[in-house]
Amino acid sequence: MQYLAMIYGDTTQWESLSAEEREEVYATYNAFSEGAQKAGVLVDGAELDSTSTATTVRVRDNETLVTDGPYAELKEALGGYFVLECDSIDAACEWAAKIPGATQGAIEVRPIHVDPSANGGGAS
Amino acid sequence: MKYAALLTNDADAVAAWEQMTPGEAQAARAVEVPKWEALYGELGPSGMLGFSVELDSPTTAKTVRVRDGETTVTDGPFAETKEQIGGVMVLECEDLDTAIGIAVKIPVALTASVELRPIVGS
Amino acid sequence: MSSIELTFREGWGRAVATLTRVLGDLTLAEDAVQDAFTIALERWPRDGPPDHPSAWIIATARNRAIDRLRRERTFARKAELLARLEALPTEEEDVSSIPDDRLALVFTCCHPALAAEGRVALTLREVAGLTTTEIAHAFLVSEPAMAQRLVRAKRKIRAAGIPFRVPPDHLLPERMQSVLAVLYLVFNEGYSASGGAEHVRADLCEEAIRLAKLLALLMPDEPEALGLLALMLLQDGRREARRGPNGELVLLDDQDRARWNQARIAEGTLVLERALSRRAAGPYQLQAAIAALHSQAPRPDDTDWAQIAALYGELARRQASPVVELNRAVAVAMADGPAAGLALLDGIELDGYHLLHAARADLLRRLERTEEAAAEYRATLRLEMNAAERAALERRLSQLA
Repeated sequence: MQYLAMIYGDTTQWESLSAEEREEVYATYNAFSEGAQKAGVLVDGAELDSTSTATTVRVRDNETLVTDGPYAELKEALGGYFVLECDSIDAACEWAAKIPGATQGAIEVRPIHVDPSANGGGAS
Repeated sequence: MKYAALLTNDADAVAAWEQMTPGEAQAARAVEVPKWEALYGELGPSGMLGFSVELDSPTTAKTVRVRDGETTVTDGPFAETKEQIGGVMVLECEDLDTAIGIAVKIPVALTASVELRPIVGS
Repeated sequence: MSSIELTFREGWGRAVATLTRVLGDLTLAEDAVQDAFTIALERWPRDGPPDHPSAWIIATARNRAIDRLRRERTFARKAELLARLEALPTEEEDVSSIPDDRLALVFTCCHPALAAEGRVALTLREVAGLTTTEIAHAFLVSEPAMAQRLVRAKRKIRAAGIPFRVPPDHLLPERMQSVLAVLYLVFNEGYSASGGAEHVRADLCEEAIRLAKLLALLMPDEPEALGLLALMLLQDGRREARRGPNGELVLLDDQDRARWNQARIAEGTLVLERALSRRAAGPYQLQAAIAALHSQAPRPDDTDWAQIAALYGELARRQASPVVELNRAVAVAMADGPAAGLALLDGIELDGYHLLHAARADLLRRLERTEEAAAEYRATLRLEMNAAERAALERRLSQLA
């Protein structure tokens, strides 16, 4: 079964890091990815640009509303995600705990929806 | 440009879904499915749609933190916001206006929001 | 501002737009044009200003951009950008043949995905050529804060992939709204804001008018662009009479109409006629028509309230808002009597808005419902308002006693 591990963290902290410090963080993420890949657990992943580059789109009364910023202002913003293939949510949480961001912020693990009636819903 | 389109649902709408019986939920989904099929039907050939997932309700979430080597897992989503992430779609397109043009066709744009976040390293 | 700064500023937007088109990056373009400005400050006093400043600025900015790029050891698209820069003409006659990309620049700076305050700052910096310092003073914000605002906006354009172009037809109406709103916000900051020095506010109004004229020039078939320009000119015609000797606000009824700028009003009226001749009325044209009716009345009693009421009705149909309904009710009261106005007022949801309660009090007074009027005046005076409004209300209340 597939799970989305969403990485929440304080991005102002990230922005204050030097290029070398960021390289160090990327190295820890690469290590995680390699480990997850070897275990057959890693399906996908992405690093998201900061919320200052976000744009939120809504349609109300046939009118398109485009605004600067994320859909909600959180002290710790979504900074990236991994898609993990695990037997259970508990197993997914064990892997989530290995994501470097877990030690600074938090990882939200959510099951990816599988439509019971369809043959293989979920990720496409 | 690559964008992660974060699809949200209104927390009240989610709560309403939770209250439904399996039969009601199935019927409600049946109404939504054609809208999504129309969207994928249009986007598919364009080559602009990448990875795409729908998530289970926030009530099924677990939040993991590691502090001083100790792992804590709590039930529930990371934040109790008025809108909650319900899905993610990766869009590969020319520019932000193109991404916005896709976002307005995503059904949740009418009831909640679609946040377009650039993916780093794309 | 020195004549060098003035001349340079006139060519600024055109140069930034062209360099942005060629370099694909607003920051690189701005840096190049800023470099050219530094050179102008050195050379023009010594050699005299060039015959064709715009051409000189673009050519010089091009050369500075080439220099900067050559010094960059690693730059992804260095070869491609150098080739594009080198292809830019530098001979004066040829430079005038370079397409005017300012419209694309305006739409980019006013893109809805940018924070509202960022759009305003960016438009003033990139299109109008104001310095960060000038913009900071105009908006009563510290220079570092304004600099941050600009950096953030430019970073977002690049990171989020905001395209540098005039929007395609199907997006044009909604994107036009964004541009007009930005320009009108700049104007209002100068016209209505209570803080800051008078000359700074006046300069802001002038800048907004200059930008609106540019937009009207670049989009001659767009009646709302003309409508906005007309509205600004007509309102600006009253600007000096709006301030008393101590800088306090003077209400329309109390203004010395001899201090109105008739040349401005005439210009605004002409622009409005041009707009209306297109037979595609819109909110800015309607607001301009209302402003024209006010500005054409030699005395308050000469105001054509019936026409104003009708125009507010039109405006309400297109842009329903409680404030428009309120203004309409006030106009109807002037045209058809206080009872008619009061009936409309009672249908508006604007609790706590002092102008609504003040209007209500006034109509009750005119209907000689003195007790209710006094109560309404007292309730209104408990709300936030500026000094001129407060003084006027206190006067009315004391007259009732």
